[in-house]
Amino acid sequence: MFRSKTSTRLNGLLGVGLTLGTADALAAWSLNLSPGVTPISRAVFDLHTLLMWVCVVIAIGVFGVMFWSILHHRKSKGAVAAKFTHSTIVEVVWTTIPFLILIGTAIPATKAIILMEETGEAADITIKVTGYQWKWKYEYVDEDVSFFSNLAATSREVRNGGDPSGVKNYLLEVDNELVVPVNKRIRFLITADDVIHSWWIPAFGMKRDAIPGFMNEMWASIDTPGTYRGQCAELCGKDHGYMPIVVVAKSESEYRQWIAEKQGAAKAEQAAAGKSWGKAELLARGEQVYNTACAACHQANGAGLPGVFPAITGSAIVTGSQDGHLDIVMNGKKGTAMQAFAAQLSDTDIAAVVSYQRNALGNSVGDSVQPSDVKAKRH
Amino acid sequence: MNTASNHDAHGPKSGIMRWITTTNHKDIGNMYLIVALAMFFVGGAMALVIRAELFQPGLQLVNPHFFNQMTTLHALIMVFGAVMPAMVGFANWQVPLMIGAPDMALPRLNNWSFWLLPFAAVMLVSTLFMEGGAPAAGWTMYPPLVQQTGDAFPFLIFTVHLLGMSSILGAINIIVTIINMRAPGMTLLKMPMFVWTWLITAFLLIAVMPVFAGAVTMLLTDQYFGTSFFNTAGGGDPVLFQHLFWFFGHPEVYIMVLPAFGLISQVIPTFARKPLFGYASMVYATAAIAFLSMIVWAHHMFTVGMPISGQLYFMYATVLIAVPTGVKVFNWLATMWRGSMTFETPMLFALGVVVMFTFGGFTGVMMGTAPTDVQYHDSYFIVAHFHYTLVTGAVFAIFSGAYYWLPKWTGYMYDEKLGKLHFWLTAISFNVLFFPQHFLGLAGMPRRIPDYALQFADWNMVSSIGGFVFGVVQLIFLWVVIKAVRGGEPATDEVWEDAEGLEWTLSSPPPYHSFNEAPKVS
Repeated sequence: MFRSKTSTRLNGLLGVGLTLGTADALAAWSLNLSPGVTPISRAVFDLHTLLMWVCVVIAIGVFGVMFWSILHHRKSKGAVAAKFTHSTIVEVVWTTIPFLILIGTAIPATKAIILMEETGEAADITIKVTGYQWKWKYEYVDEDVSFFSNLAATSREVRNGGDPSGVKNYLLEVDNELVVPVNKRIRFLITADDVIHSWWIPAFGMKRDAIPGFMNEMWASIDTPGTYRGQCAELCGKDHGYMPIVVVAKSESEYRQWIAEKQGAAKAEQAAAGKSWGKAELLARGEQVYNTACAACHQANGAGLPGVFPAITGSAIVTGSQDGHLDIVMNGKKGTAMQAFAAQLSDTDIAAVVSYQRNALGNSVGDSVQPSDVKAKRH
Repeated sequence: MNTASNHDAHGPKSGIMRWITTTNHKDIGNMYLIVALAMFFVGGAMALVIRAELFQPGLQLVNPHFFNQMTTLHALIMVFGAVMPAMVGFANWQVPLMIGAPDMALPRLNNWSFWLLPFAAVMLVSTLFMEGGAPAAGWTMYPPLVQQTGDAFPFLIFTVHLLGMSSILGAINIIVTIINMRAPGMTLLKMPMFVWTWLITAFLLIAVMPVFAGAVTMLLTDQYFGTSFFNTAGGGDPVLFQHLFWFFGHPEVYIMVLPAFGLISQVIPTFARKPLFGYASMVYATAAIAFLSMIVWAHHMFTVGMPISGQLYFMYATVLIAVPTGVKVFNWLATMWRGSMTFETPMLFALGVVVMFTFGGFTGVMMGTAPTDVQYHDSYFIVAHFHYTLVTGAVFAIFSGAYYWLPKWTGYMYDEKLGKLHFWLTAISFNVLFFPQHFLGLAGMPRRIPDYALQFADWNMVSSIGGFVFGVVQLIFLWVVIKAVRGGEPATDEVWEDAEGLEWTLSSPPPYHSFNEAPKVS
C-alpha cells in the first residue's frame, strides 16, 4: 500500500510517473493488509489471512444458528418456549472446540514470533534509528553516515490549512530518505531521544517502539527494490502525524554509490564550516533550517503557540546575548519540549538558524553568528 | 400504583438538598445515570470534533495540539465519565431490587462515592481552559510524553485519584450489599446474572484501581519531586509505567464489559421467554474472564521489545480468554434456541451486543496473536476493534438495560417506535462509522493523527458520515427518556410478559424503600 507501483520500474528513483494516479486510485479503497516485501511481512500476512478465515468460518456458524433461531423461534410464528436450561455434553463440546482451534492458530503464530526475533544472526548492515519530536535520525553504524529525516517541504507548506489534494505522497514524503540495499540482512537498532515513538513500515511487517534510554532490535531483508513508506505509530505529541518514514531499497551497487555520495557531502559540509559566511548567506540557509527544525513548535512566523511553545519574535533570549541564545539552541531546556540541537544540527546550520532568528521573524538584533563561534561553544 | 405516598415518613427531602444529602439507592442511581448520559454527550461532542477534522485530508478545523486534547479527553470521559458511572447507576438501582434488599448496605458511602464524580468530571473538563490546554498524551498517559502536559498535569492526576476513589467506594458498597443483604433463600448460585457480574466486577475494581492510582502518583512525583520511576536519565524505565497502566487498563475493559454481559443475560431470557441457558457455566465463565483479564496486560505492549518467552506467554493467555467468552456467547444462543422470541427495543440492543461484540471478539483474537498484532498495533484497526467491544458491547448493553428497566423506574412505558428507530439508526450508523476503520488500519493508517495521506481519504469520509449520524441519533434516546419520565402509558408491575426476577414483583415505579420486608426466594 505504501509502495507506489511505479517506483519499482523507475528503479529507485523518486516515484515520478504518469501511472502514479492510477496506483493511488487503486490504493484508495484498499481493504486488506499488504503482503509486503520481507520474510516477516509475508509470514504475518499469511497468519493474518489464516486468522481472518478462521473467524469468518466461526462467524458463519455462530451467526447462522442465531439468525435461524431468530427467524424460526419467534412468538409471532407461534413458537412455544422449550424448557431446557443446560446440557453438560453440549457445554463441554463448545468449551473444547474453541480451545483446539486456538491451539491450531497458536502453532503458526509461535513460529512467526520466532522468525521475527531472529535478530541475533549476523547482519550485513546495521542502522540505528532514533526518534525525535518530530523527525527521525538514521545512522549507518559501520559507514560513518548519519542524517535527519524530516517531513518534506511539499507537505509542510500545505499542512496548516492548505489544500493537500495536489501534493504527491502528502505526509508520506521526507527530505532525506533512508537508502538500503535489497537482499541484504539489515539490522535496525531503534531508540528515541525525547519521548516514545514507534518505527513502522507496513511493507516490512515490523513495528518497534523507540524508547528513550533503551535500544530495541529488528531485522529485515527486502527482496524487491522500491520506495516503502510508513509513519510514526506511537503518539508522540503535537506533530505525531507529521513524521513519516521513507525507505528506498536499491541494488547493492547503487546503494554503495549513494553511501559514497553521502560521505562526500559530509566532508563538504565540514569544509564549509571552516570558512567565514556572509550575513545574506547565513540568513538564507537559516530560513531553511528554521522551517525544518524550529517551525513545528515556534511556528513559521515565529509567534509560537501561547502557553505551549514560546514565541521567537521579541523573545528575550533571542534578542539577548549571542551566548545565551546559542546556549538554549545547542543545549535545549530541561523539562520542556525544547531539544538540544547541538547533536542534531551542524555548526553551519546552528550558526545560520541563530543568525536568522536574530534578524528575521520580526527581530532585528543586527549581529550574526559564524560556524566557528558554534564550534568554540561545543567544547 | 404509586406507593411512594405510603412512606411519607421516610420520603425524600424536597428541593436541592434531597439530591445533595440523599442516601437512597434510587436517587443515587438516577444521579449516576444522568451524569453518565450528560458525559456521554460531552464525550460524543469531542468525538464529533475528531471525525469532523478527519472528514477530509488537510487541517480544516483544529490544530494538532487541540486534536490530541480531544482524543485524550474523549477516551477519559467516555470510560470514566459515561460507561463506568452508567454501570454503577444500574447497580445502584437494580442490585437492591434484584436481591430483595431495602437499599444499599452503606448508603452514606454511596452518597459520597457519587458526589466525587461530578467534581472530578468538572475538573477534567476545566483543563481545556488551562495554560497549555487539556492533557494531550492519550488516555494511556505514557511518560515521558505526558510530562510535557501544561498546567493541566496535576489536575489530570488528581482527577484520576478522585475517580478511582469513587469507583473503589462504589465497589465496596456493591460487594457488601450483595454478600450481606440478599433475601432469605437467595443463595449465591440463585442470584440474577447481572448481580453476579457486578460482584465479580467490583472485586476487579478493588484489585486494579489502587495500582492505577499508584502509577499516576509516581508520575506526579517524577514531575515535581525529583523521583525517576519512569525517567531513564535517573535510572528509571518508561516501559514500567506501561506495565502498571495496563495491569489496570486491561481489567478496566472487563470492568466495563462484564456488567454489560450481565445486563443482556437478564434481557435475552425475558424476550426469549426461556430461562438463561447454562447459568452455572455463565457464572464460572465470568469469573474465568475476570481472572484471565488480570494476567494478560502486556498484550497491549507487543511492540515495546519483549523477550520471546514474554510474547508467547501473553499471547497464549490472551487468546485463552476467547474460550470463556465463547461459552457466554454460546449460552446466549442456546437461550434463544427454541424460545418464543419477541423483539422489543431492549432485545434488539441485546442482540446487537451478541453480534457486534462477538465481532469485536474476533478482531480481539487476531490482535492477541502477537505477530499479527505488530501490524495492527496503534493503527485504525485497533480503534475499530475497541469501539466494537466498548460501544456495541458496553454502550449497547446500557441502552438495552435502560429500555428494559425504564418502565419499572418511571412507571410509564417508553415509546417503542422511537426506541426501535433509535436502535436501527444507531446500529447502522455505528457500522458505517467503525467498519471502514478496519480497512484504514490494515492499509497502514496510524491512530491519533489529525491529518492523513490521501489514500486514506475515502474511507475516512465514509467513517465521518457514519459518525455524524451516530452522534445525532443519540438525541432520540434522550427524547425517549424524557418522554417516559414525563408520562405515557402506565407500566404494569411485571412490565414484560413472564419476566423473571424480584424487581418485577414491586410496583412500577417501586416504592422509595424497596423491600421493607424481605421477600422469600424458593
